[in-house]
Amino acid sequence: MSRLDPPPVNRRSFLSLASLGAFFAAMGTAAAGILRLPNPAVLPGPVRRFKLGPPEQFSAGSETAFAEQGLVLFRDDEGFYAISSTCTHLGCTVARSKEGFACPCHGSRFDSKGSVIGGPAPRPLPWLEVGRAANGDLIVNADNEVPEGTRYRV
Amino acid sequence: MAETATREFLHNLHDLPQTVKDACFRLGKTPESEREESQATFHNLFLHIHSVRVHVRTLKPTLTFGLGLMATASFIITLITGMLLMVYYKPSTDLAYQSIKDIHFTVSTGRFIRNIHRWSAQLMVLTVLLHMARVFFTASYKKPREFNWLVGLGLLIITLALSFTGYLLPWDQLAYWAITIGSNIANSPREFTDAIGITKFFDPGGFQKRLLLGANYVGQDALIRFYVLHVFVLPLALVTLMGVHFWRIRKDGGLAKPEDPMGGLAEWGGERRTVFQPLATKTYGLMALVKGKRPPVNRGPENTVMSWPHLFWAELSVFMVTVAVTLVLAFYSDAPLKELANAAIPENPAKAPWYFLGIQELVSYSAFTGGLLIPVIVVVGLALIPFLDRRPGGEGTWFGTKSERPIFWQSFFFALAVTVGMLAFTVNYGWLRNWFPNIHQLWIIAINPGSLLVVIFAAWSLFVLKRKDSVRLAAVSLFTCFLVGFTLLTYLATVHRGPNWHFYWWPSQWPVH
Repeated sequence: MSRLDPPPVNRRSFLSLASLGAFFAAMGTAAAGILRLPNPAVLPGPVRRFKLGPPEQFSAGSETAFAEQGLVLFRDDEGFYAISSTCTHLGCTVARSKEGFACPCHGSRFDSKGSVIGGPAPRPLPWLEVGRAANGDLIVNADNEVPEGTRYRV
Repeated sequence: MAETATREFLHNLHDLPQTVKDACFRLGKTPESEREESQATFHNLFLHIHSVRVHVRTLKPTLTFGLGLMATASFIITLITGMLLMVYYKPSTDLAYQSIKDIHFTVSTGRFIRNIHRWSAQLMVLTVLLHMARVFFTASYKKPREFNWLVGLGLLIITLALSFTGYLLPWDQLAYWAITIGSNIANSPREFTDAIGITKFFDPGGFQKRLLLGANYVGQDALIRFYVLHVFVLPLALVTLMGVHFWRIRKDGGLAKPEDPMGGLAEWGGERRTVFQPLATKTYGLMALVKGKRPPVNRGPENTVMSWPHLFWAELSVFMVTVAVTLVLAFYSDAPLKELANAAIPENPAKAPWYFLGIQELVSYSAFTGGLLIPVIVVVGLALIPFLDRRPGGEGTWFGTKSERPIFWQSFFFALAVTVGMLAFTVNYGWLRNWFPNIHQLWIIAINPGSLLVVIFAAWSLFVLKRKDSVRLAAVSLFTCFLVGFTLLTYLATVHRGPNWHFYWWPSQWPVH
């Protein structure tokens, strides 16, 4: 037996170690199970699909801010598009400015298509999915992003 | 027989006040000798966390300025006023704001109690921060006090968490938007995971935000979570850790002091005598050595005085000062209450409480770097101090080792110049996104005024380490830079940031809208 060999573990200490290990494994699993509770399984909150009214009420070249819904609806020659007015930095509501949008909280600036032109915002303002309800009203689904430049034609 | 029992009964009735008093107080009278003073401390549950004798240095006001005690005192004040506020406060989005209004305008003394709660909470944050600086600059974290430094760091974090959770409860505009920002800072790892495109598979930011808010937005679920944290979980954690903190002060040998501050001599009975040195092989009574006929003959105990009454008077006066300061502030200045929370219109500017404004300035460069990365680096750095600076020396003395004071001032002015320069540059010229609108977000996460300050401060500290060949001096330089940076960022964000986070010299220049 060389002196590099580990000292022999006798049965008693092996079993003690094993049971201690089992104890901590069980407690750890129980703790992890308990801590699952605060992680919400279902996210509460209203449905974020908004009926904005019949398309005729928005003339070409118009823009309409919906503060409660947190979006701005635009209509140009190619069709409708909606841009979210929640800043991609830390969630404040952006306001219209000369260049496009400006965030009151940390000074992020966006152009009128939502692209970042200054400040800390990491992403452009999302474009939201526009569609129509069965009765013909425009619907914006604020949970669905669409690529920039997507228009909805009526 | 009956007559004797009646007499005994009347006798007991007559002695009632005295016997009840004897039952409550184990000593039963004002201590008259050192032996009784020692008993008064040692035989009382609330006092016996103190040692029976304290070193005279411990009582010197300029060693500690009583900062730790002030933090404790302000916590006790928040605890009492908090319990009172809970009587009327209703943690529901429909009722919370109205109940705060009730407390402010209708409840007897409600306004005053709420003001006291707010001011003592502010005082607590301030004194905890200053206490940390005191412990650092008196090198009181060194062996065997490393663990207590960590406990103190935990207490600092819980204190800040208590303030943060309390901020939401009034459910006014300030609360709503400050917590929206705060919870999105928890969400900010997304800035990084989005930038490298792995958010779909790995989203720690979203997880943290959901855990905090119980939803994707600040609403009823967030309010009740913050309430439970604020009134139960965090205070309980704080009290537990405070117990450990105080216990360890005692077990680690009281406040840190130099090995032998008076060269083996002590004032004892009007003359200087050799200090009593306990023998390693002998067991001494737990209660303390007191004046008497017993040995050691001709030797005084090291420069200590009885805790009763000296230490307790000192503690009581610090408590009194804290209460007085809080009452005066609360009398003259109201806790703010803005309009009812409105998810459609953000407060402009939406400012967090002052101790988070430094971080808010940092997140205005990058949410992930400023809100998470730098705070985590700072906390880890602070936690490592006692394990990286292990050479004994300077304990319990302000700037106790050689050339600490000059290094402090050099670092102070260095950090002042660098931070002011960096902030002035950023305010005047903007940052990467303004010059290269299409730059990849990873560049901004990595290189922004906040991360540059951290790198410059670390480089300065390494320079001191090389030049002065001292770990302690490197730590002093880094800690000083941290303090100066924190203070300046807080100042800039408090005074000079206005609507849209633009720079203004004074709030009076803010545009009217």
